[in-house]
Amino acid sequence: MTETTPTPTIPLWQDVPSDALLDVRGVSLAFGQVRALRDVSMHARRGEVTAIVGDNGAGKSTLIRCISGIHKADEGSIDFDGERVHFRSPEEARSAGIETVHQNLALVEDLTVWQNLFLNREIVRGIGPVKLLDRGAMRKEAERMVSSLAVNVPAVGARVRRLSGGQRQAVSICRAAGFTSKLIIMDEPTAALGVQETARVEELIQRLRDEGHAIVLISHNFAQVLKLSDAVWVMRAGRCVAGRRTAETDGDEIVALITGARAGDLADEPA
Amino acid sequence: MSSTSVKTDPSPPAPSEASNRVTLGWTNRLLARPEIGALVAAIVIFVFFLIVAPAFRSPASFFTVLYQSSTIGIVAVGVGMLMIGGEFDLSAGVLVTTAGLFNAMFCYQLGINLWVGAILSLVLCLSIGFLNGYLVMRTGIPSFLITLGTFFVLQGANLGVTKLVTGSVSSPNINQMAGYDSLNWLFAHEWRIGSITLSITVIWWFLFVALSAYVLQRTKIGNWIYAVGGNAASARAVGVPVTRVKVGLFMTVAFLGWFAGMHYLYNYNTIQAGNGVGNEFLYIIAAVVGGTLLTGGYGNAIGVAIGAFIFGMTSLCIVYAGWDPNWFKAFLGVMLLLAVMVNLYVKKLSTTRKVG
Ligand SMILES: Nc1ncnc2c1ncn2[C@@H]1O[C@H](COP(=O)(O)OP(=O)(O)O)[C@@H](O)[C@H]1O
Ligand SMILES: [Mg+2]
Repeated sequence: MTETTPTPTIPLWQDVPSDALLDVRGVSLAFGQVRALRDVSMHARRGEVTAIVGDNGAGKSTLIRCISGIHKADEGSIDFDGERVHFRSPEEARSAGIETVHQNLALVEDLTVWQNLFLNREIVRGIGPVKLLDRGAMRKEAERMVSSLAVNVPAVGARVRRLSGGQRQAVSICRAAGFTSKLIIMDEPTAALGVQETARVEELIQRLRDEGHAIVLISHNFAQVLKLSDAVWVMRAGRCVAGRRTAETDGDEIVALITGARAGDLADEPA
Repeated sequence: MSSTSVKTDPSPPAPSEASNRVTLGWTNRLLARPEIGALVAAIVIFVFFLIVAPAFRSPASFFTVLYQSSTIGIVAVGVGMLMIGGEFDLSAGVLVTTAGLFNAMFCYQLGINLWVGAILSLVLCLSIGFLNGYLVMRTGIPSFLITLGTFFVLQGANLGVTKLVTGSVSSPNINQMAGYDSLNWLFAHEWRIGSITLSITVIWWFLFVALSAYVLQRTKIGNWIYAVGGNAASARAVGVPVTRVKVGLFMTVAFLGWFAGMHYLYNYNTIQAGNGVGNEFLYIIAAVVGGTLLTGGYGNAIGVAIGAFIFGMTSLCIVYAGWDPNWFKAFLGVMLLLAVMVNLYVKKLSTTRKVG
């Protein structure tokens, strides 16, 4: 199934809307022999929830890690908030206004909940170079951040190692939502959550969108994607094969795109 | 960073009642502190030697013990921080000797002020520390192996270079050279107060311990050290500069190693090229006995200081008690094994501990 002459088409990402907050173009990344990302292009608009779906191993998390500064793409460009960005570290992405809930949650198990929430965003007080951690303020703030989201509220002084999977996920989500940002990326944020907690997170996503944040949501839950998202991108085997407005598609089409039963928008893609 | 503010919810919902908070009894909570095991051990050993070693029952011996502890304790401060940060340094013992040898031979050969050599020696040590850290972070090879390499290189170079330069295995005596007096005061001064002798290294040791405790518990950098030791990938994902923190820790060890090297040089005025081998383990033992976990992310400065004190106390008190000093190593081994087991237990408790 090889198409030798790629016919030029107009993929969805060539008419990137002017209000796109995030514009990823032609990003490729290989880990040795594994080509995790191949010429991936997608975008996300302000005030919208943009979903990314695809089978396990499709490259969703790798794409996220490129956007959030953990990996550096071999090829391609990323524009964020109207500027070409070359994040050399996650700190640069965070300072630019991108917060991320990673699939592995990126928590330090031996630190407490509040220490994790404020890791690299520590509240300090003091004068000149002598800056002390303001533990009291961080605990208090952490208490507030956590209680607004989690159903099963973990004690902010508890070490993360002691928390359940759902509680850990809640901590990671609270951290991403708790600091001023323009884009919040969530990589399978409800994977370990119960029904009530999932509902809370979905409410939170809607609230963040209403506050003007752009959200990139990776999820395997089609009902969730259809309910929450405004646009959806489909990834398959390291490629972003299609993009749709959620209102103009349905679960069946998305499933077909994910599995490859239906060809995507790529010109040179084997059908 | 200060540029990002915490968002304030206009109407924060009342914190809902935590349903599953575990409140441990105060005994458990106390036990879950890294240094408590070491403190109890220190007291038990202290009382034990008070009973069996009458010579230990004087203020003078206590200060001798403090001095002995400080010689290991100063470097152990850095090694402990490095271990909390999740790395090892096996080159710290011989680096101490390198620092002293370089200072002595460089200045002696050129006939220049000892201060010049001391400063250049510091630069050399910091470069070695930087190289250790850089290689570990760059190659991803465990620090155990990288610093084992540095250990052998330095051990060989210490002997080889010294033999080349002096024709013997010890550095020239430097006590007649310019700058000696001030350096001797800074690194090896002793105050005699009645029967006791207070060495300046004890004061330096306390100062470094206090500084380390302050940095670890009260500053952002300290938070980062625990984070990179606990889970480097997670720390990196939230933007903690993992490489800089770890390289900084290797350089801290190197700085303190240089400091100890300066002490040996200006205390004895000459330094043996073969010295220091094996001390790297004493630093690690002090840290582990003090409650530092080998796996990183857990421990504290006070614990490491107590670990060094236990070392100083046993190494001298075995002599005070009139026993064969050879037993000392065996005793250290037993202490280490006990400490590792206590740490494991404490660590288990700490995972069910409420407050941080
Ligand atoms: N750090 C890495 N090193 C090597 N291969 C990786 C790494 N991260 C991801 N991969 C590979 O890249 C591919 C995409 O993985 P991932 O992005 O995690 O997929 P998804 O999140 O869509 O399930 C997989 O084949 C995976 O094995
Ligand atoms: Mg994934």
